[in-house]
Amino acid sequence: MTAEASQTTRVPLRERPNLPILVSFACIVLLLLVGSLYSSSFLSPEYLVQQLKVASFLGVIATGMMLIILLGQIDLSIPWVVTTGAMMASAATAYGPLGEALAVPFGILCGAAMGLISGIGVAYLRIPAMIVTLAMNVIAQGLMVAYTGGFSPADSASPAMRWLATGTLVFGVPNAILVWAAVGALAVFALTRTTFGRAIYAIGNRESAAYLSGAATQRLVMAAFAISGALAAFGGVLLAGYAGKAAQSMGDAYLLPAIAAVVLGGTSILGGRGNYMGTVAGVILVTLLQSILSVMQIAEFGRQIIYGLVIVAMLLLYGRAKALR
Amino acid sequence: MREWRFLVAENRGTLMALLLFLAMFAVYVGNHPAGFTANVVQTAANKGVILALIAMAQAMVVLTAGIDLSVGMIFILCNCLGSHLLGGPPWQVGLGVAAVLATGLACGAVNGLIVIVGRLQPIVTTIATGAVFFGIALWLRPYPGTTPDFAADLADAFTGKLFGVVPASLAFLAAVVLVVWVPFSRSAIGRAAYAVGSNDMAAYMSGMPVRRARFAAFTLGGLLAALAGLFLTFFTYSGEASLANGDNYTLFSIAAVVLGGVSLYGGRGSAIGAVFGALAFRAIGDLLFVFDLDPLWQPLFQGLVLALAVTVGAARLFRIRNRLDMFS
Repeated sequence: MTAEASQTTRVPLRERPNLPILVSFACIVLLLLVGSLYSSSFLSPEYLVQQLKVASFLGVIATGMMLIILLGQIDLSIPWVVTTGAMMASAATAYGPLGEALAVPFGILCGAAMGLISGIGVAYLRIPAMIVTLAMNVIAQGLMVAYTGGFSPADSASPAMRWLATGTLVFGVPNAILVWAAVGALAVFALTRTTFGRAIYAIGNRESAAYLSGAATQRLVMAAFAISGALAAFGGVLLAGYAGKAAQSMGDAYLLPAIAAVVLGGTSILGGRGNYMGTVAGVILVTLLQSILSVMQIAEFGRQIIYGLVIVAMLLLYGRAKALR
Repeated sequence: MREWRFLVAENRGTLMALLLFLAMFAVYVGNHPAGFTANVVQTAANKGVILALIAMAQAMVVLTAGIDLSVGMIFILCNCLGSHLLGGPPWQVGLGVAAVLATGLACGAVNGLIVIVGRLQPIVTTIATGAVFFGIALWLRPYPGTTPDFAADLADAFTGKLFGVVPASLAFLAAVVLVVWVPFSRSAIGRAAYAVGSNDMAAYMSGMPVRRARFAAFTLGGLLAALAGLFLTFFTYSGEASLANGDNYTLFSIAAVVLGGVSLYGGRGSAIGAVFGALAFRAIGDLLFVFDLDPLWQPLFQGLVLALAVTVGAARLFRIRNRLDMFS
């Protein structure tokens, strides 16, 4: 092929239709149609807004997970970092007006600190992320169990947390959705318009190449883990605000959906490839699937089976690796 | 002489795991109020064998540079199935055992097929199939329970003592290692599994049975997880579809594999190392009880020990001569 021919036939990468995102959005529409056959309320604005609101908690958590997966790593410490964020923010609320004012940043800071420690293990000690974050999860669990004595803590969420999770600002748009939109906009900006984002993709493709190109790969990986921890804790803060208080193992239900949402959105689990719109689609898809299955009153075992089958089926559509040759 | 040093270098991970286990177990027994008696060993063995079997299952897959996050769910599914089938006359119990093992094999085969033919990443595949397996377990046992005529004699035979001294579960574990792991690791398929783990492209180029090796690793992993599920049924006489149990065993199996010197990047280590890693992990977890500490501190203690143990893996950083080697 000559240079001219390749110029005329090749569509720029940016303008090519993105199969995973198209399929995910098609599946969302399909799910809504199936749901509307069951009950007409599935297409009502109230239901859709409610779903988006529930999805926004997962959306915030999945944003951090996406950063880590783009690096080609994985963060298994989500469950107890989410819980830590919720519990520490609630605990700070109990310490008078100053604690109440600092509840949200304090919860996020705790998560960021945990992420930072995982990040040091991954970036500087070169231990596989799977095992570092696994240990961090157990340590976070240990700290929280020791702190609460194994019961649900008595502290409740601060007004600011409740306002963020359940309040509305303008035209009845829930704040939770606005929070997710803000986090998402920041993520899109960081990933597409900054050297930080470029380096994240580069490290995910080949860390040694990124290092030789002058990226401070170790510091960036550490920072990405800290951000992921902060976002997971922020998700926990929002969840505590939504439920009114923190609870033991409230984060357990968020690890697999977060990974599933990111991967269903077309981000490669091997790193270096992915698009934030895909994650948005994945989050909405996972939330909608769970909601519709529970509205249809399918028993828990059926929900688990369908959930697993849908993930495998969708990945078989577009997530396949190249064959060895 | 040279050959001996080569053997030590090759099995360094396994030997480290063995030493760690011996040290931890010595501390455990030394501080146990009852001391080193057959009963103390039997209790410790019964607790350790389940995790050891699951760690072996995980090691099979990890050796091929994969990961099986559904291993705990296969274990739970087989436990629930066993609690239904292990009852009635001996021939029926025998069929039940066969059915449980076949289920484990089938689960592993499904994982393997999706990973090999579907060409999906093991980590996401097994997350999804794990949800399916757990769903089936929940369907079998919505509430904890057992079959009315449970074969308690058989169960006691497996959890009791041989000749009044040796824990039967340990003898069984040794038999599994001899029957499953030793032939596998010495076969062409087993060598191919190691080769796939260290470099799948090179293994493919050398004409090794890459697909068969991956498939065998996943399938045998399923079988070993089924054996663990069978053992849990023997210990508890019942089945329970517990999500927390499944998740914990999956996570502990990864920890045990790492403690046992199996590289998560594949191609290095052995299932025997994973067995010692599992036994050491259990001994560490039980240390708290013999030291009579508040059980509230157990999760934190386990997490810190796990973090310390895996940080030892960072020692390789000191041997790096070229900074670029760090990224490999």
